[in-house]
Amino acid sequence: MTDSTMTVAVDWTSEQGAARRRRRHAADRRLRAYGIGAISLAIGLLAILIITLAATGYKAFVQTMVEVDFTISADLVKADDIPAGNFRAVVANAMSKLFPEVEGRETRELKQILTNNTRFIVRDAVIADPSVIGGTMTLRVPASDPFDQLNKREISRDLPEDQRRVNDRQITWFDKLDAEGRISTPFNWGLFFNADSRFPELAGLAGAIVGSFYALLVCFLISFPVGIAAAVYLEEFAPKNRLTDLIEVNINNLAAVPSVVFGLLGLAVFLNFFGLPRSAPLVGGMVLALMTLPTIIIVTRAALKSVPPSIREAALGMGASKHQTITHHVLPLALPGILTGTIIGLAQALGETAPLLLIGMNAFITSPPGGLMEASTALPTQVFIWADSPERGFVARTSAGILVLLGFLIVMNAIAIFLRQRLERTW
Amino acid sequence: MNDTAMSALATEATNPQTVRTPDEHPTNFKIGANDVSVFYGNKQALFDVSIDIPERAVTAFIGPSGCGKSTFLRCFNRMNDTIDIARVTGRIEIDGREINESDIDVVELRARVGMVFQKPNPFPKSIFENVAYGPRIHGIASSKSELDDIVISSLERAGLASEVKDRLAEPGTGLSGGQQQRLCIARAIAVNPEVILMDEPCSALDPIATARIEELIDELRQNYTIVIVTHSMQQAARVSQRTAMFHLGYLVEEGPTDQMFTNPREKRTQDYITGRFG
Repeated sequence: MTDSTMTVAVDWTSEQGAARRRRRHAADRRLRAYGIGAISLAIGLLAILIITLAATGYKAFVQTMVEVDFTISADLVKADDIPAGNFRAVVANAMSKLFPEVEGRETRELKQILTNNTRFIVRDAVIADPSVIGGTMTLRVPASDPFDQLNKREISRDLPEDQRRVNDRQITWFDKLDAEGRISTPFNWGLFFNADSRFPELAGLAGAIVGSFYALLVCFLISFPVGIAAAVYLEEFAPKNRLTDLIEVNINNLAAVPSVVFGLLGLAVFLNFFGLPRSAPLVGGMVLALMTLPTIIIVTRAALKSVPPSIREAALGMGASKHQTITHHVLPLALPGILTGTIIGLAQALGETAPLLLIGMNAFITSPPGGLMEASTALPTQVFIWADSPERGFVARTSAGILVLLGFLIVMNAIAIFLRQRLERTW
Repeated sequence: MNDTAMSALATEATNPQTVRTPDEHPTNFKIGANDVSVFYGNKQALFDVSIDIPERAVTAFIGPSGCGKSTFLRCFNRMNDTIDIARVTGRIEIDGREINESDIDVVELRARVGMVFQKPNPFPKSIFENVAYGPRIHGIASSKSELDDIVISSLERAGLASEVKDRLAEPGTGLSGGQQQRLCIARAIAVNPEVILMDEPCSALDPIATARIEELIDELRQNYTIVIVTHSMQQAARVSQRTAMFHLGYLVEEGPTDQMFTNPREKRTQDYITGRFG
């Protein structure tokens, strides 16, 4: 340090100095304002999305039901062979009893009030309780989609008759049923417990939820151990050379590969080469595992890196082997980070649509899969199928499906946050 | 520790070592280093260092930052193996047995040569688990009660028992800095090592905690061969019997501590001790 630097006179009270300080404070405030603006924009857009979805989707969470008394006469349904019973006639008789004045061709229009599958609903109810044969049974069956929409005010009564799917006669009958207190709109459990259907009033997410669960299970079982093993090797054992660098670059690139490419790979390798079944959650899970692996490897490596070297040195200095150092000390400390990253990776996989479309998980399947090899849909592909369907009732169900998917994502992220706070240890 | 391995090593420990300083008459040397060089990649950090470390005494390594004293210390339990780019040449013998040879198991070596680090680094586990870890992984204790005894006696020898014996289940990371460092010493002596390496054990501690650790080192030297790296020349003077001075990767001078501080042979030693550089 020389004398000349000591003699520079600094006038802290000068006008220029004050102006410079004002500019610096203004810059601080601007930076803060940009941040607040960005966050407000993000939250605002998210709010618009959720509100739009909720506005169209909430109607799918209730379902118009019609209470009908079915007379199960022994002539139509034989106790020793219930499935062969003439339930079509049972339904027709029940409706005729409610509206004795309706005759001829109009009875078909009358029956359209109830869902097309009413006879199967009645059949299943009789099979469940054969003692009703010879007596009557009161059931609440879903109204068909046009009447569901009518009841939910989605179809306007003010439209000219030829422009709506329900005619004036049908509206009169429906109103009569309503006046008798036979119409109700309870919570739509069918949305969660029914599988897909051609008829919106019966379509539910059960198949998709089970399919997504199986696919995620396979995805987790493959990607978690493989990802951790790969990350531990790369972080703790691999020599630092060109080959390791190459592998590292490639893993980072894989994380950025569009998911549809993984779908093509799954189609070519798992379906065409190995001949695994199409549309199966097993294959879906394997494709999602390929997609999730790079994410898990990257977060696991980051978590391992964040374990302080002093802990490794302490263990090695005690004479712990590398294996003991990793399993006793490094992995437990890295676990919160690994789990958080894994769950976020799985949440990403849960919402992934494109690869599942390519391996056929967008098929129309009317029962939940019984196992990993059975054809199934998944939540995002179910939303995709519904979004493509023309029936009015699927509009609300598409939004409801998205809301259910978002609900699962929120639950998974909440678990990730909970685990991180629960397991995180300080050192 | 593995008894058969120990006796095998002990039978080989017969060669009497040459005494390098004529005015000192230690009976036994525990560690002998010959022409030890350490390279980090292409950069050489340590140049042909030869030194003998006496048994059951404290040897201090002093020198300015970056002089290679810590690097040299870490050669004695092969901690430099954990650094990918580090390469060690030359011979280091403990009890006459070359430790860099391929038939030496580094796990056993590190059990025999314990280490205490600059920053207290207890495991984020309970106090008990911290001390019990070494005996556990080396299978020293045959029963739970024996393990308890080892933990308690190690804590006693580290002068920590009275402070923590009622809260052994509490996390070791919750102790104060000085207590944490004594916990690390207890952890190191729980496997009954022959040598304890200390890499600036007091540099993160306040003067009172430092004084406690120094007392402890003085007690421990009855049973262990101790090598301590320190920045503080006063500390070297207080705790050690022998001192080695390093500069820029070279061993400048080594000898009995009192002689080093009162009558150094090398000008660089004198300059460093009197504070002219460092």
